[in-house]
Amino acid sequence: MITKEATVIVPTPVDDISEPPRPHKKQRRAWDEAPRWQIYLPLGIYLVFTLIPFYWILLFALRPAGSTSLVPWPMTLDHFEKVWTERAFGTYFENSILVGVATLVMTTLVALAGGYALARFDFKVKRAFMLALLCSQFVPGALLLVPLFQIFAELQMINSLGSVIIAETVFQLPLSMILISGFIKNVPYSLEEAAWVDGCNRFTAFRVVVLPLLRPGLIAVGSFAFVHSWNHFLFALMFLSDQGKQTIPVGLNTLMSADSVDLGALAAGGIIAAVPVVIVFAFIQKWLITGFSAGAVKG
Amino acid sequence: MAQAAAVAKPPAPPRRRRASATPRRLPYLLIAPAALLMLGFIAYPVISVFYYSLQHFNPTKPWRNGFAGFDNFTHAFTDDPQFWDTLIFSGKWVVVEVGLQLMFGLALALIVNQTFVGRSIGRALVFSPWAVSGVLTSAIWVLLYNSQTGITRYLADAGIGTYGTSWLSDTSTVFPAAIVADLWRGVPFFAILILADLQSVSKDLYEAAEVDGASRIKQFWHITLPHLKDAIVLSTLLRAVWEFNNVDLLYTLTGGGPAGETTTLPLYIANTSVDAHNFGYASALTTVAFVILLFFSIVYLRLSKFGGENK
Repeated sequence: MITKEATVIVPTPVDDISEPPRPHKKQRRAWDEAPRWQIYLPLGIYLVFTLIPFYWILLFALRPAGSTSLVPWPMTLDHFEKVWTERAFGTYFENSILVGVATLVMTTLVALAGGYALARFDFKVKRAFMLALLCSQFVPGALLLVPLFQIFAELQMINSLGSVIIAETVFQLPLSMILISGFIKNVPYSLEEAAWVDGCNRFTAFRVVVLPLLRPGLIAVGSFAFVHSWNHFLFALMFLSDQGKQTIPVGLNTLMSADSVDLGALAAGGIIAAVPVVIVFAFIQKWLITGFSAGAVKG
Repeated sequence: MAQAAAVAKPPAPPRRRRASATPRRLPYLLIAPAALLMLGFIAYPVISVFYYSLQHFNPTKPWRNGFAGFDNFTHAFTDDPQFWDTLIFSGKWVVVEVGLQLMFGLALALIVNQTFVGRSIGRALVFSPWAVSGVLTSAIWVLLYNSQTGITRYLADAGIGTYGTSWLSDTSTVFPAAIVADLWRGVPFFAILILADLQSVSKDLYEAAEVDGASRIKQFWHITLPHLKDAIVLSTLLRAVWEFNNVDLLYTLTGGGPAGETTTLPLYIANTSVDAHNFGYASALTTVAFVILLFFSIVYLRLSKFGGENK
């Protein structure tokens, strides 16, 4: 839950405004004009630390089993084929997509309704409700596994993807709702009122006037709901015991906890796990920036 | 931080509008789905944790089930060395992780805040592990640390260390090995937050300091750091809570081993409930964890005078 805090700010790569070159080279160096080596040397060292693990997983996924070469050549896709069929990553992938999309849809719809109420109405329990939203940020899902398990057992939902979808949605909701109500506050109320005057009812006015303006914010919130449930491990591990129901992170864990780990399969599985996240971020980056900065203006 | 701001803001003044457009029940209907979900799957579980913490409850030993008073708590504090071990390890884990992540994150943010050729790509690359999940991080580092074809083999080829070292199964190396793996993913979190906050430092301040002849180190201590204080306080707190509860990485990377060496309190709770089915005791431990988190958060915010006189 807390990680989402990061996600709020994260994807906004700060603008690259190149400083015009200073006219007087002889002047004392300004703060932002450190000597070049003081930038490139530590950055280079850190980049090595960051990139070696990525290279390592690519290397293991692409080189034949048993090879100790440091370049992935001759290249093979055997590991991918094996992990996809033999290790059931094809099934896991479908399940993960299903969980991710369902969480995305549920979180967005429920948060949209609640966020609209918070943004546009004053009602009795509003303050209490806001407080509850905030407090829930401090309740870790990991510590609620046992009671959640009992609840889902009573609902006969253990071993059904529904349990994971509900659990993921619930823990995404508070922050999503707070964000969306911020986005809605940014849309002037007068726009909606004008639509009423033109004869729209509240819902139509919302759909026609407000919803299109919320698009970047909703894309941001929805994609984070997707990525978080895609990455999240514990709920799926606890609530889904049937192998055919499990998700990608659980599949990775199974590969890792085997007696002799098949490193090539693990690497290929890891890359399969990463691909959707990379795609989502690549496609929505533009929306993320506008979405979150828009939400942040008003808060 | 957007959410903190959202709440600090007083609610919008009520607007009078045509009664027909605002049925009184509408806001309640709109928040109902969210409220029901949160009541059922957050509030109720929290309450049931408190309830079970006062019960003996173990489905495999039903004859003992019943009211326990504070037995579970007494047992934890006086009679369970593993509780203390895992609690101490949790503390160690959180302090080392958050401390190092902050240090490297701050340094990294200051570096990529400079103007230099290749800045955008540099930023994108150093921030990239941020979106990697805990389990995938484990998978990557299992590949790096494995004893036959891991990084040690190539280090040994180059004359550093010995062949066949397995950092994750040796009690003396498992802690730093796990710390490094989590740092890899955690440093970008701080770097990104701090970089975002650095954008709002006024350039005039530096120029004024320059005129007064302040060195770059002095500028850092007297301008940059005070400006970043609130962001640092908030991000360290959030990260500490998050690292305390972070089960994904350690569960998959070390499984709490070798020999329980890397078991945090939440991992111990998970084992107690899932493997030992001792739900009552696990609930008591969970309650203890809640109280610790709450206490720690309040003390930390107080001590750091969050949002205090500096602004």
